[in-house]
Amino acid sequence: MFPVVYPIILAVILFSLGIVGVLLRKNAIVILMSLELMFNAANLVFITFANYYQNLDGQVFIIFVMVTAAAEVAVGLALIVDIFRSKKTISIDEMHSLKG
Amino acid sequence: MESGQIFNLVPWIVFLPLIGLAVNILLGRRLGETFSGVVASLASGLTFVVAVLLAAALASAPNARVVSPWEWISIGELTVRWAFRVDTLSVVMMLVVSLVGTLIHVYSIGYMHNDVRHNGDPGRYTRFFIFMNLFIAAMMILVSADNFLMMFVGWEGVGLCSYLLIGFWYEKGKNGTGNADAAKKAFITNRIGDFGLLIALFLIFGYFGSLQFDEVFSQAANVAAAHPGVMLLITLAMLLGVTGKSAQIPLFVWLPDAMAGPTPVSALIHAATMVTAGVYLVARSTAFYSVVPVAQTVVIWVGTLTALLAATIALGQYDIKKVLAYSTISQLGFMVAAVGMGAMVAGMFHLVTHAFFKGLLFLAAGSVIQGMERGMHGSHGSAETDPQDMRNMGGLRKKMPLTYWVYLIGGLALSGIAPLAGFFSKDEILGAAYNGHAAVFALLVITAFLTAFYMGRQLVMVFFGKPFTAAAEHASESPRVVTIPLIILALLSVLGGVLNLPGVHTLEHWLAHTLGEGEPAGFIWLVAGLSFFLALLGLGAAWFIYSRRVQKAEADDPLKKPLGALFTGMEHKWWVDEFYQALILNPYKAFAQFMADPVDLGVIDRVGGGLAAGTRTLAEGLRKLENGYVRSYALWMVVGLLAIMMYLFLS
Repeated sequence: MFPVVYPIILAVILFSLGIVGVLLRKNAIVILMSLELMFNAANLVFITFANYYQNLDGQVFIIFVMVTAAAEVAVGLALIVDIFRSKKTISIDEMHSLKG
Repeated sequence: MESGQIFNLVPWIVFLPLIGLAVNILLGRRLGETFSGVVASLASGLTFVVAVLLAAALASAPNARVVSPWEWISIGELTVRWAFRVDTLSVVMMLVVSLVGTLIHVYSIGYMHNDVRHNGDPGRYTRFFIFMNLFIAAMMILVSADNFLMMFVGWEGVGLCSYLLIGFWYEKGKNGTGNADAAKKAFITNRIGDFGLLIALFLIFGYFGSLQFDEVFSQAANVAAAHPGVMLLITLAMLLGVTGKSAQIPLFVWLPDAMAGPTPVSALIHAATMVTAGVYLVARSTAFYSVVPVAQTVVIWVGTLTALLAATIALGQYDIKKVLAYSTISQLGFMVAAVGMGAMVAGMFHLVTHAFFKGLLFLAAGSVIQGMERGMHGSHGSAETDPQDMRNMGGLRKKMPLTYWVYLIGGLALSGIAPLAGFFSKDEILGAAYNGHAAVFALLVITAFLTAFYMGRQLVMVFFGKPFTAAAEHASESPRVVTIPLIILALLSVLGGVLNLPGVHTLEHWLAHTLGEGEPAGFIWLVAGLSFFLALLGLGAAWFIYSRRVQKAEADDPLKKPLGALFTGMEHKWWVDEFYQALILNPYKAFAQFMADPVDLGVIDRVGGGLAAGTRTLAEGLRKLENGYVRSYALWMVVGLLAIMMYLFLS
C-alpha cells in the first residue's frame, strides 16, 4: 500500500486547480468543468479515507456526490444553453446585470 | 306607581335627552327646524317631568336613594358602579337644570331660527339642539352621580358641550378665529381646573379607598384627624376644579369670552347651570370642607374677591352680554363664598334664584340683540352697528315693551330689590357673612351695591333715553316663542324667593335631609334693610348718572372723567388677560418654541438624520462589493473559506 498522504496531495492539487479554474476562466463550460474537478478532489479524499479506515461510509458518500454533480451539470448546462441563446456568448463576465 | 318604583325612573333623566339627540341626529336635518326644536324641547321637558316625579316621591320619604343599574368599572380594589343618587340636594339641581333648560330650549326654537339666518347657515339649526340635549344629559350625569368618578364624567361632558357651543359659529369672530379661540380658551382653562379635581379624586381614592359619596364622607373626620395635610390638599385641589368650572379667581377669564356662543348657550350653560357645578360640588362635599377650616377660609376669600373684582369689571363694559357675564362671575362668587362659610343652603338658594333671573336676563338680552338685528335690517342704508354694544341702544323700552318688562324684573331681582327672588337669597348670604366674617361682609355689601349700580346702568343705557342708532330706532319686539319663556322665567324670578322665605325655610328643611340639620339663619333686619337700601341707592345713582349722559352713540362713559384711571382699569378688565399673557402664556410659548426649534430640530432631528445618513454612507460602500461578476463573488467565497481555515488552524 502506498502512503495515505499521496492521494491527499493529489486531491489538494486537483482542488486548487479547480479553484484557480473557477476564478480565472471566463468560459462558463470551463468553469463547470473546474467545479467538477473540485468535486472529484473531494471524492478522492473520501475514498482514500474509506480505504484507510476500512469503512464503507466514504464510498457511499461519493455515490451521492456524483449523483448531485450529475444533476448540477444537467441544470448548469441547460442554463448555459439558454444564456447562449439570448446573449450569443457564454463568457461569464458578460453576465453582470444583477449588481448593486 | 309606588314611590319606591318612581326612583327607578332616575336613569331616564339621562336617557331622555340622549334619545332626543339621537332622534335629531338621525332625522332632524330631514324633518326641518320645527321638528328638531320640538323634539329637543320635548326631551328636556320630559326630563323635567321625571325630576318632578322624583321630587314628589322624595317629599314623602326624604332619605337618599341610590339607583344603581350597572357595575361600571371593577379593577382590583377600585369598584365603581354607574349609580344615580336621588336625594334632596341632587333633586334640586335636577329640577333647576331641567326647568331652566326646557324654557331655554323653547326660547331657542325662535332665537336660533333667526340666528342661523343672521349668520348665514340655516343648516346648523339641528346641530344646536343636538348639542343642547347632550349638555342636558351631561349635566344630569353630573348632578345625579353617586360617586366622584361618575360626577367627573358629567363634569367633563358639560365642559365638552360648553366648548362645542361657544365655538358654535367657529368660523366667525375676530379675524375669523375669534369664536374658536374663545372656545379653546374656555376648554383649556377648564382643563387646568379639572387637573385639580383629578388630583383630588386620586387622593380621595388613595386615602379613602373608595369614590362613593357615602363611604367617603363618613370617613372624612377620621382621615382629617390622621392626615390633616392630605385633607387640606384634597379640598384645595378640589377648589381649583371649582375655580375652573365656576369661573372664580384665578381661572375666571374664560367666562366673558364664552359669550361668543349663541345667547341661549350663555343663558343655559354659562349662567344658570354648568357654572354652578362648582358650587354644587362644594355643597356636596360639605363633609370635607367642614373638617378643614383653612380650606373654608380660602374658599370664602376666593368667592368674595371674585365677587368684588367681577362686579367692578362689569361696571366698565359696553357689551350687553359681557356685563351679564361679569355679573354671573360676581354672583357665583357670592355662592362660593356662601358655601365656604358653611351656609350651604344660602349658596344653593342663591344658585336656584340666580338660575332663574340670570337665565332670564341673558334670554332677554338675546331678545334685545335680535331686536337690534331686526332694526339693522329694517333701516336700510344704515351703517353696520354692533347689535351687542349698549352704547348703540337706548330707548328700547318703547320698541320692545315686553322684553323691557322682563328685563326690568330680572335686573331688579339681581339687584336685590324686595320682594323679588334675588333679595331673599342674597340676603341670606349677607346674613351668613354678618355672623362672624366682618371683612367678607363689608366686601360683599360693596359688591351688592355695585351689582345694583351696573344693572341700573345697563337698564338705563339699553331701555331709556332716546335711540342712539338707526338700528335701535327700528328695533322690534321678538316673536311669541321667544317671549313666553321670558314671561315664565320672569314669574319665577318674582316668586323664587318663596322657596326659602325667612321664618318658613322650605329649602332649608328640604336640604337638611342631605346636608345635615343646620341652624336656619335668622332674618336680620339690619342686613336686609342695609342691602335693600344699597340696592335702591345703586339703581338711583345709575339712573342719576346715566339718564343724563351725552346722547351720542359711542360716547365716553360718564364715569370715565370722575373715576379716571380707575374706570380705565374696569374697562380693560384690570388687564387680567394681559397679565396672564405676560406671566404664563408668553413664557410658555417661548418654552414651546425652545423645545421645537433648538431641541427638536437641533438635537432630536439631527440624531435621526445622522443615523439615516450614516446608514446611507455604509450602504454606498457596500454596494461596490455587489458588482455582478460571478467570479468576484467566487473569489470572496474562497477568501472567506481561507479565513475560516486559518482561524481553525491557528486556534
